[in-house]
Amino acid sequence: MKKILYCFFFFISLTASAQDKIPISDTDYNNNEVEMADTMRSEGKIYVVVAVVLIILLGLIGYTTHIDRKLSRLEKGEDN
Amino acid sequence: MKRNWWKFAAAILLIYTVIGGFLFEAPRLNILNETIRALHFHVPMWFGMIILLTVSVVYSIKHLSSSNPKYDLIAVNFANVGMLLGVLGITTGMIWAQFTWGEWWSGDPKQNAAAIGLLIYAAYFVLRGSLEDTQQKARISAVYNIFAFAALIPLLFVLPRLTDSLHPGNGGNPGFNAYDLDSNLRLVFYPAVIGWTLMGVWITSLLIRISVITEKRNNY
Repeated sequence: MKKILYCFFFFISLTASAQDKIPISDTDYNNNEVEMADTMRSEGKIYVVVAVVLIILLGLIGYTTHIDRKLSRLEKGEDN
Repeated sequence: MKRNWWKFAAAILLIYTVIGGFLFEAPRLNILNETIRALHFHVPMWFGMIILLTVSVVYSIKHLSSSNPKYDLIAVNFANVGMLLGVLGITTGMIWAQFTWGEWWSGDPKQNAAAIGLLIYAAYFVLRGSLEDTQQKARISAVYNIFAFAALIPLLFVLPRLTDSLHPGNGGNPGFNAYDLDSNLRLVFYPAVIGWTLMGVWITSLLIRISVITEKRNNY
């Protein structure tokens, strides 16, 4: 576990230092000439998308947990 | 339960990624528009892949120095899930490229390099499949894994930076170069990287446990 974390931070620091940057400013956030999904957001339909993706994600996580438990039972059965 | 805290962490970070990734404010940039949110899903695939493949190569080295067959199982399963994340990364990247760069495949240096890298790793599994003797299979594929990793790092991190690339941070690509400077995006992006990586590690841990059980079964 510790090793994985070390590797992770190592690679984070690699990418963080190696890029030429043009900063994003407040004008970018307020630039209404750029088209975004504003209608979808104002109608609240974006929440439908979030709900759909969340259900899929929860289903996958739930199923992974199920497999995990099943494996634990298998491992216990083998020790007897 | 205590030993499984990181699985909960993975679940919570991914739920947060989906909610924050879709709902938080993102910079309004030309060409990118809302697709900037793909940052929280496409890029963590590559971060996750690199981290898993690093773990894989570490265990390959450990296997070579100790001949412990368990290390070989760990190495191959990490490489497996690393490949999965890489394939997901390259397909999501192609979709994103079609709608921002205008082509599914534009021969971008980083695109090409990633494809070559994945092919090199694909050969790792072909090599494993072609060897009968388990000890020989473990040793030869461990050596190959080190070679593959040593080829992958310059392919992804060095060569694309030497020429112009459409990918941010490689050559000149204005407008999107700064995504990792932007604190709003970073708020979701870093948790996303940790979450997706932990999810990859979780799946890998399941595969390793399956391999251990089948190994035991084969030996009795």
